[in-house]
Amino acid sequence: MSYRTDIAYLYDGTFHGLLCCVHESYYKKELPFAIYNYEEEQETLFTPKEILTDPDVAGRVETSIVNKISKDALQLVYLCFLSSMKGRELAILHFLRLGYKVGSPVIDMLTHDAVAKVTNAVRNVQGEAHVYKGFLRFSEFDGALAAVFEPKNFILPIVAPHFCDRMPDEHFLIYDKTHKHAFIQQNGEKSLIPIDNLELPEACTEEKMYRELWKRFYDTIAIEGRKNPKLRMGNLPKRFWSHLTEFTETKTTM
Amino acid sequence: MGVLDKLTILSDAAKYDVACTSSGVERKGEAGSLGNTLKGGICHSFSADGRCIALLKVLLSNACVYDCNYCVNRRSNDVKRATFIPTELAELMIGFYRRNYIEGLFLSSAVVKNPDYTCEQMIETLSLIRNHYRFRGYIHVKAIPGADDRLLTALGLLADRMSINLELPSHDSLKLLAPDKSRESILQPMGKIKLGINENKTDIVRYRNAPKFVPAGQSTQMIIGATPETDYQIINLSAALYKKYDLKRVFYSAYMPVVESRNLPALDTKPQLLREHRLYQADWLLRFYHFDAAELLDEKNPNFNPLIDPKCNWALNNYDEFPIEVNTAPYETLLRVPGLGVKSAEKIMRARRLTTLDFDDLKKMGVVLKRAQYFLTCKGRAMLGLPNNPESILWGLLSQRSAEMARSAEQLSIFHMDSNGEELVKCLTGQI
Ligand code: SF4
Repeated sequence: MSYRTDIAYLYDGTFHGLLCCVHESYYKKELPFAIYNYEEEQETLFTPKEILTDPDVAGRVETSIVNKISKDALQLVYLCFLSSMKGRELAILHFLRLGYKVGSPVIDMLTHDAVAKVTNAVRNVQGEAHVYKGFLRFSEFDGALAAVFEPKNFILPIVAPHFCDRMPDEHFLIYDKTHKHAFIQQNGEKSLIPIDNLELPEACTEEKMYRELWKRFYDTIAIEGRKNPKLRMGNLPKRFWSHLTEFTETKTTM
Repeated sequence: MGVLDKLTILSDAAKYDVACTSSGVERKGEAGSLGNTLKGGICHSFSADGRCIALLKVLLSNACVYDCNYCVNRRSNDVKRATFIPTELAELMIGFYRRNYIEGLFLSSAVVKNPDYTCEQMIETLSLIRNHYRFRGYIHVKAIPGADDRLLTALGLLADRMSINLELPSHDSLKLLAPDKSRESILQPMGKIKLGINENKTDIVRYRNAPKFVPAGQSTQMIIGATPETDYQIINLSAALYKKYDLKRVFYSAYMPVVESRNLPALDTKPQLLREHRLYQADWLLRFYHFDAAELLDEKNPNFNPLIDPKCNWALNNYDEFPIEVNTAPYETLLRVPGLGVKSAEKIMRARRLTTLDFDDLKKMGVVLKRAQYFLTCKGRAMLGLPNNPESILWGLLSQRSAEMARSAEQLSIFHMDSNGEELVKCLTGQI
């Protein structure tokens, strides 16, 4: 059986779209050298083959992953899809092809390139999702809470459920400035929607007071004689600072 | 006095308490309530000293009637005093929590009027937070030694973790520096908390909805370097506390000179941060790596080597047990290899079921070999070009900085003064 390899795929950038690429690769016996999404620069002279997203096909691929490999493998692949790793689509395709061959042990084949790639990307996604559970900062506007962050990976779908659990009765919004998506919980309804730009109103007096209190606490709790900028920088790198209340001046927009 | 001023005074007075984690209990949120907890805890920020900030750490009051030598709040010290009103503190804490500044509250207090009164004020604060604001997040509370049992129990039912600071590692030191406290007045409530936890466990079996008494267990803290105890004494004490009182954590706090006293180190003494770090590392070995205190130190070598971590130190002293074979060693043995942690050991166990591992495989899997390479073989072979005697390995293990210091004549004093440096990166977790 020979596979065609002089081909690239183009898909809509959704998880379902990617599963359709996996389907295409199997049934057309093609091993693309790249999988692009619509927003990406295409580094090729070929015109990539456009793969249309069909929810039914995607659903069937999902079921086959669970049945022929495992539920954990599907979860791993989904988390890898959320990562910002370049070439993650191709890594996922290679991982799944191996998985279809060997079955559920694939997730333990940590020394295999395809598995190592996916596993490392997932570790990165989970690590970032974990720290943002702590580093996200909300401000209150008229009783509703809003937070803005700029994660590297698209972790909103994993971070949001934590905050729903934590604040089941609150109205809140989390805006991912990198991927231009917002998660909203309001009156028990939850939604994840694309938003190009978000302007927040000016903070009220009470909100400013809380920011000041927090900053004061932050400054006071450090022990002068143990100052250790290197240790802090290791634990809390600069890239997080711009959205952390303790490092920002009280200002009107975020 | 305004809340901002109170917060400043009362967090300043609380900052020497090192327990900061929000870990030990997993509790989902619930409609109609606010908050949840994660077993592993969450850090919300890191202060300028690099330590994790997870909880709003404050005293309810610093107006102490006692006079412990080493403490800024002692009666005879001239500092500004403040006391929170319970409603004030509850509102502040909830405001911080909703903004995701914190994971919960760490509430302690100086002894105002008397231990019972202090305890009642703390109970009132926590009741407001739990019942009025319906808060399900994390609360760590310090027990007030000398308070009535009934109050201690009420406090424990509102909190996730309770701690009583042992303060100093020996009876004599305590007598000298904290004349109003005795070892017994500390250990007795510790025993009671343990009892409370056990009784409560059987209650919960009987009535599923019995309120939980400190579900995240109890912890304690010792001040290091104010008094002459050796590391060996300290680590033995910790081991005993873990066994006897079921403690979840023992925290170590390098003594910071804050008050002048002839019984204490001079005010310009530098805190023994590296020593504190070594104690955390050793403590980690006791709790997660199945080491015994007696394996790490003994009467003849009663202090940790400042140059290398306790696990490396142990491995070099027991070099006849190495190298071990990655592909066959049991899990417990892998954990004893310097540089291999729980995660790496687990990965090795998973991967080697499917393939025989070599050094390149380990690297690909993300196992860090910097230290481990000296103590491992893959398929019977050691990594090429590495020394195989403890003395040469020691030099290989030292970071460049440590090596320079080791060569310098004044190594020890330098080490005790040094506060930065990579050795300290994992300072508060003690993870190796
Ligand atoms: S009882 Fe506590 S607050 Fe009061 S002086 Fe002693 S250590 Fe300080």
